[in-house]
Amino acid sequence: MPKKLPPEYVDMQQQVEAHARRYGLDMFDTYYEVLDFDEINMVASYMGFPVRYPHWKWGMEYERMSKSYEYGLHKIYEMVINNDPCYAYLLESNALVDQKLVMCHVCGHNDFFKNNYAFQHTNRKMIDEMANHATRIRRYIDWFGVDVVESFVDKCLTIDNLIDVDAPYIRRKRQEPDAGEAVQPPDRKRALGLLPTDREYMERYINPDEFVAAQKKKLEEEQQRKKRFPAEPERDVMQFLMENAPLEKWHVDVMDMLREEAYYFAPQGMTKIMNEGWASYWHAKLMTEKVMDSSEVIDFADRNAGVMATSRQSLNPYALGLALYRDIEDRWNKGRFGKEWNECDDMAERRRWDKQTSLGREKIFQVRQIYSDVTFIDEFFTIDFCREHGFFAYEYDKKKKSFVIDTREFQAVKNKILQSLTNFGQPVVAVLDGNHENRGELVLQHSHDGIDLDGQYTHETLRNVHAIWTRPVHLLTRLEQRKVMLSFDGKTLTEKTIS
Amino acid sequence: MSLRIQNDHARFKDIVRGRIKSNLKSYIKKGELIGKQGKDKIMIPVPRIDLPHFRFGDKSQGGVGQGDGQPGDPVHGEPQEGQGQGKAGEQAGEHGLEVDVTLDELADMLGEELALPRIEPKGSELITERIKYTGINTVGPEALKHFKRTYKQALRRQLAMGSYDPKNPRIVPIRDDRRYRTWRVEQKPQANAVIIYMMDVSGSMGEEQKEIVRIESFWLDAWLRRNYDGLESRYIIHDAVAKEVDKDTFFHTRESGGTMISSAYRLCADIIEKDYPVESWNIYPFHFSDGDNWSIDDTRICIGLLRERVLPAANQFGYGQVESPYGSGQFIKDLHEHLGKHEKVVTSEIKDKDAIYPSIKDFLGGGR
Repeated sequence: MPKKLPPEYVDMQQQVEAHARRYGLDMFDTYYEVLDFDEINMVASYMGFPVRYPHWKWGMEYERMSKSYEYGLHKIYEMVINNDPCYAYLLESNALVDQKLVMCHVCGHNDFFKNNYAFQHTNRKMIDEMANHATRIRRYIDWFGVDVVESFVDKCLTIDNLIDVDAPYIRRKRQEPDAGEAVQPPDRKRALGLLPTDREYMERYINPDEFVAAQKKKLEEEQQRKKRFPAEPERDVMQFLMENAPLEKWHVDVMDMLREEAYYFAPQGMTKIMNEGWASYWHAKLMTEKVMDSSEVIDFADRNAGVMATSRQSLNPYALGLALYRDIEDRWNKGRFGKEWNECDDMAERRRWDKQTSLGREKIFQVRQIYSDVTFIDEFFTIDFCREHGFFAYEYDKKKKSFVIDTREFQAVKNKILQSLTNFGQPVVAVLDGNHENRGELVLQHSHDGIDLDGQYTHETLRNVHAIWTRPVHLLTRLEQRKVMLSFDGKTLTEKTIS
Repeated sequence: MSLRIQNDHARFKDIVRGRIKSNLKSYIKKGELIGKQGKDKIMIPVPRIDLPHFRFGDKSQGGVGQGDGQPGDPVHGEPQEGQGQGKAGEQAGEHGLEVDVTLDELADMLGEELALPRIEPKGSELITERIKYTGINTVGPEALKHFKRTYKQALRRQLAMGSYDPKNPRIVPIRDDRRYRTWRVEQKPQANAVIIYMMDVSGSMGEEQKEIVRIESFWLDAWLRRNYDGLESRYIIHDAVAKEVDKDTFFHTRESGGTMISSAYRLCADIIEKDYPVESWNIYPFHFSDGDNWSIDDTRICIGLLRERVLPAANQFGYGQVESPYGSGQFIKDLHEHLGKHEKVVTSEIKDKDAIYPSIKDFLGGGR
């Protein structure tokens, strides 16, 4: 399948990358492959990878893409994989100016993959890894049959958003001290966490009765908690099931692979706005300042406008990210940051504000390194920015049976964006109890933050979790202000309001 | 070149087909497919095929957009994750899936679901020949000379020999440059079939009854078309007199007045004798009515017509009786009484839309 990159593309690539490096982008080596539309639809269905495990969902994606390509609804311009070396694809039938644009865009993504903190723990040989996964799952299919394996893969995929996305960056579990050191003569006072005193008459002042009682209670709770299983709510539901559900070895292996893939893709979900914004920033800069010749301006502007179109229904991550980077660059060039700037109330002065700091470029490079979407929006989505770009929040109006603009108030808009980005836009669900009522039943807890779960999907997912866990499963959540426990015991689905 | 994805794609299509098959009964009942019929493909809405996740409900989530408008103004359209115009197609599957299925595939599913036997056509010894141009050769009759290819070849030769002068572009083909079309004769056994639909359009047949006939005939048509390459359809409506009409009129006319079934059978027999020689045609007359006939005398004439003129020519004669509040439902009993043992007569009572499915099986289960 791989076709040799035509020599004119090789020249173009060298030229584009040389410019990019001069601007300070730090990239993996990039391999481009030229594909026709059928192949690019295939690779896109496989989420950018040439080889994935066999599954009907790729086929569904492919059907959808081929159809909408046929009807002229969409066309894939670029695709790039977080891998070292970085792989990117070009659509054969695209015009030369499009290919240039794509190469510039890819430079941005490549630099982002290499440098953004969220990607530091991703496997940079993922192409190989994916191919290995495919081989292993194919082998299981040979052994156990396609229906058996596929239906288990289906089940795993329904919970592949129940992972602990922050886990690679922090240590969640407290290190237990070494058992030998930990064993000490019993000391009731210390065990209770009371304060030391040598003088007995001071005792009731230093450790008054109510304090002792409170400490006792705390200790009891602590003990109670330790008996629970898991001790802390476990965000990595996949891992918990892998370790504790009654599964065959190959089940565990399959789930492990799918979990690994989920973790690999998670950072891309966590940095969509930043990543696309960064790539758009650089394609615009490279194209307009270096790469493009005058005959290509119109075509470039047309493509660029298409990508940057904003919409009333949704945020365009390309446009939002780009606008934020430019805003940051501008602010740091003019010194519009820090205490002085924040405390300045004089609008006229703010408008004139220019301290000639010229720190803009440096700042955005730093931003692309140490932020992810949530922190990016939290820090740089300012009230000025929000007003200037005309953002609004909308809600479903039950009377009008349609979505209507709710507010343009800055904080509300910002909260709404942040909410949609938290936990890469997925509900936070954790294992609360793996031995509910001492009957081996599983309790999942949805940390409700104002948005209800989709009913039909939730029921289906519970069924699938049950199929893996094999004992009854419960989900604690809220539905229309009520605290409820949804339960599935293998036959019926029940909903119980709890106080 | 085959792509790796083709396996996954085929797998997906299998799943879709499974869904369609398991829902076939409800599709048949609803009859909504008929309206979605394209040239030879049908768009079928398939229930959501998706991997469920814990996810937020759309309605309670709301979202953020950019643009003009005051609080309270509608946002228009559903919220979506599309990013600008470039990716408009991304959400296509969100609200159920529409799948293209060819009529043949659909007929196959029907066949599998109802366990319909294949039909052994008569007249298959009839062979048609067709000439097909298949390629280019260096020899052949002058009449089939391919001028463009010949001159291209000559140009190529002259360029290679260096005898081509762009200033004086004269191209002279020599014997070796000549190219001719080649052909192949394809032989194809041909089986001809015709369906003659007859329907009672007297006052007692209401809209609902006609809808049932429409759905039923769609599926009969689909299955027979699957079994015969060239299927013709003829339509006869009758009350006290019969006339031949086009398809559209057939399903949409409403007449009133009495019912003389014999008029339809006579016209049917005339059509067969005029247009469809028995030895080379597979003939399928179907008659739908609510079972009300004008008189016992007319019924007697009907039986006579069937026995002497229609049945000897037909592969099978189907009579579907649609229940209507006004009909007596007598005719099917008369048929049973006089022709019940005749192997070419198939009758079916269709009480309501649910009964269409078994009724199709009644008609086509014989494999004739």
